[in-house]
Amino acid sequence: METLSLLADGFSVALTPSNLFLAVVGCILGTVIGALPGLGPSNGVAILIPLAFSLGLDATAALVLMTAVYYGAMYGGRISSILLNIPGDEPALMTTLDGYPMAKAGRASDALVLSGVASFVGAFLATIGLILLAPMLARIAFLFGPAEYFALYLLAFSTLGGIASNNQAKAAIAACIGLGISMIGLDNNTGIARLTMGELHLMDGVDFLVAIVGLFAVTEVFVFIESHGKNSALGVKLGKITIPVKDILRCKWTMLRSTFIGFIAGVLPGAGASLGSFMAYSAEKSLVRDNSQFGKGDVRGVAAPEAGNNAAAGGALVPMLTLGVPGSGTTAVLLALLMTLNITPGPTLFTDRPDVVWGLIASLLIANVVLLLLNVPMVRLFVHILSVPPWVLLPGVTMISFVGIFSLSGSTFDLLLMIGFGAMGFFLRKLDVPTVPIILGILLGNNMEDSLRRAMVISGGEWTYLFSSGIAIGLWVAAVLGFVAPMFLRGKIRKPQAITD
Amino acid sequence: MLKTVVKRLAAGVVLSVGLAGAASAAECIAPANPGGGWDFTCRTIGKIMYDIGAVDEPIQVTNMAGGGGGLAFAHVVNERNTDEDLIVAASSATATRLAQNKYGGATYKDVRFLGAIGADPGVIVVAADAPYQSLTDLLDAVKADPTSVTFAGGSAVGGYDHLKVLMALGRAGFDDIRAVKYIGLDGGGDAITQAIGGHVQAVTGDMSEVVGFLKSGDVRVLAVFTDDRIPGFDDIPTAKEQGIDVVAVNWRGLYVPKGISEEAYQKWSDALAAVGKSDEWKAAMEANGLAPFFKVGPEFEGWLAGVIEEIAQLSRDIGVIQ
Repeated sequence: METLSLLADGFSVALTPSNLFLAVVGCILGTVIGALPGLGPSNGVAILIPLAFSLGLDATAALVLMTAVYYGAMYGGRISSILLNIPGDEPALMTTLDGYPMAKAGRASDALVLSGVASFVGAFLATIGLILLAPMLARIAFLFGPAEYFALYLLAFSTLGGIASNNQAKAAIAACIGLGISMIGLDNNTGIARLTMGELHLMDGVDFLVAIVGLFAVTEVFVFIESHGKNSALGVKLGKITIPVKDILRCKWTMLRSTFIGFIAGVLPGAGASLGSFMAYSAEKSLVRDNSQFGKGDVRGVAAPEAGNNAAAGGALVPMLTLGVPGSGTTAVLLALLMTLNITPGPTLFTDRPDVVWGLIASLLIANVVLLLLNVPMVRLFVHILSVPPWVLLPGVTMISFVGIFSLSGSTFDLLLMIGFGAMGFFLRKLDVPTVPIILGILLGNNMEDSLRRAMVISGGEWTYLFSSGIAIGLWVAAVLGFVAPMFLRGKIRKPQAITD
Repeated sequence: MLKTVVKRLAAGVVLSVGLAGAASAAECIAPANPGGGWDFTCRTIGKIMYDIGAVDEPIQVTNMAGGGGGLAFAHVVNERNTDEDLIVAASSATATRLAQNKYGGATYKDVRFLGAIGADPGVIVVAADAPYQSLTDLLDAVKADPTSVTFAGGSAVGGYDHLKVLMALGRAGFDDIRAVKYIGLDGGGDAITQAIGGHVQAVTGDMSEVVGFLKSGDVRVLAVFTDDRIPGFDDIPTAKEQGIDVVAVNWRGLYVPKGISEEAYQKWSDALAAVGKSDEWKAAMEANGLAPFFKVGPEFEGWLAGVIEEIAQLSRDIGVIQ
């Protein structure tokens, strides 16, 4: 009951006309930022922080605007994934796997509506979870030390083989390329620069957004040039725009499961939204009875990662608010925003500043509803992007990619790097090597390495430390099963096929 | 209400256009993305400088992230060496990286440090249920068996958080510093989480990172690395009181290009000193968990040279630099 009255207070703070106006503006801006390749939730929020200051917004209004942008970007990332096979940001990566095949089959609008609903379910339930369980859930973070985190990442990589390709060896090679790239930059444990060849720009490592835009958007342009536009992957058929009620109902358990997995991944400070969507997808693929359509446009393959990544976005707010530990890149930026507003998140935030916490939660709920209402009717608009001929669309995408990446660091070096990734993606596509595992390697490689090395420092090099807790052992068992099981089950389920794309 | 927002929005656009057009305005480079400590330094000090009339025009803030501040440093040294309208945010991280040759061969002598006017004091923290009651307890435990204690901090191995522990151990008479176990995490909050969970035994960080956990009763602060106890936290003893003579703070300050005239240097240090003494700055420090720390001009340059020398020596000892 107390929670409800606190929440009501939160709404009374957040539901003023001007704040509602800011929420709508933030949602639209966020959706656009999320949909543009190269601009993701974290740099979207970072770019808009100075705006919040120059407008002279108070703490609540600034929070309403920023959370609307944050959730908007999480929604928007899926749009370019589905329509163009180019993930708008890193958590939307997994949505390309089934979303794009669906669009190619003429079901682009279905995929967009379904993923919008899945995003809503994930984000909404995660916000409820945040309200009810935040102080308690914060304790989960204490249970995860370096050994547990290492096992968690291992689990993610061991289920990789069956995900992005029908050829496990090629997926493994791709993951290794990604892990190799993630080694570039300052070694976090010794401070020594690795593989930078003395280049200052590489000291911070390779930004995964540069890799994503290069491997997806720029590669697409190269393929287009090679085929003179005849054979380009773009130019998807338009379908009728209806609300796919049947598909939504079919995915209800998928959404709930994925929300749960995504939320937990979000709550763990070391994991984040990308891991959330990835784990949700792989869990869904191994749980459902008939998974032969995954990777070819299965509706559940669209719903799972979207529910997962939006739930993770909500989950990531738990450690951010209760421990001051950001669970993802975006929450790190939101944390910085709170600090500049003289609000220090931490164990006492819920008692010290209930107005801020409940105002934030209320604005999350508002942003969610606004996004659902905006997104479903806007599908018509988005789908029309596809009727733009590729020779107009592709240069446009290229231009946006360049601007997006340049806005990250303001350095032309990143642009060259992006083109390099584009060339690499082109040759890998010729060799049928999937690029999704490369991105995951870059995204998770550093964290996994850091966890292992921290564990080894703590234990003085004693490897049994990696199995020193029940959680760690459980994750190891799941990882080994996840890696081995597909090899034995493969013959029974289906034969390996060539990649169609 | 709606109208005011629209008006402000329009004003914001006009303002930013106006700023871009005013070529004579001074610039403050924050060598990181918006939201971090360097960004705070530029925005807050720049704003107060203008508000109290120490400069004639508003100071424009530019974010130039990359190489842990190295990109901005190289930019200033190579392209803006005589620009008298330029100030750059700096902190102890800048000094540490310069001492460890992380800026591609550049040294602290390639620019002129202007001063520091506030600092986040260094602290050593343990979980509330840890057996160590004082800094001496903890250091004795390390001396008796270095493998029994792992320190966690928010900076990489060889970073300032790590070096603070090594300085303290050095003063306590422990020389085998390579045996000290340290893990670097993504931030102070992360490190404290690991300590509360029992994965590590102690945390080395900054005061602002631990305040929330201190209030909630999850942690105990064993020592603070300042000359005097911090106002508002009077029950936390300094390391000096416990016989460990270490002053280690994360200072917030500025540097300017080396090639500017002595008058320009003097003008900027006067402006910085005026900010440091203003009430606006005192309020900003309090809101952001900073403690008073005031060294401006040649005094700061001399102090910093000594700090950088000690960091370089320690870094050689632990093998972070050759």
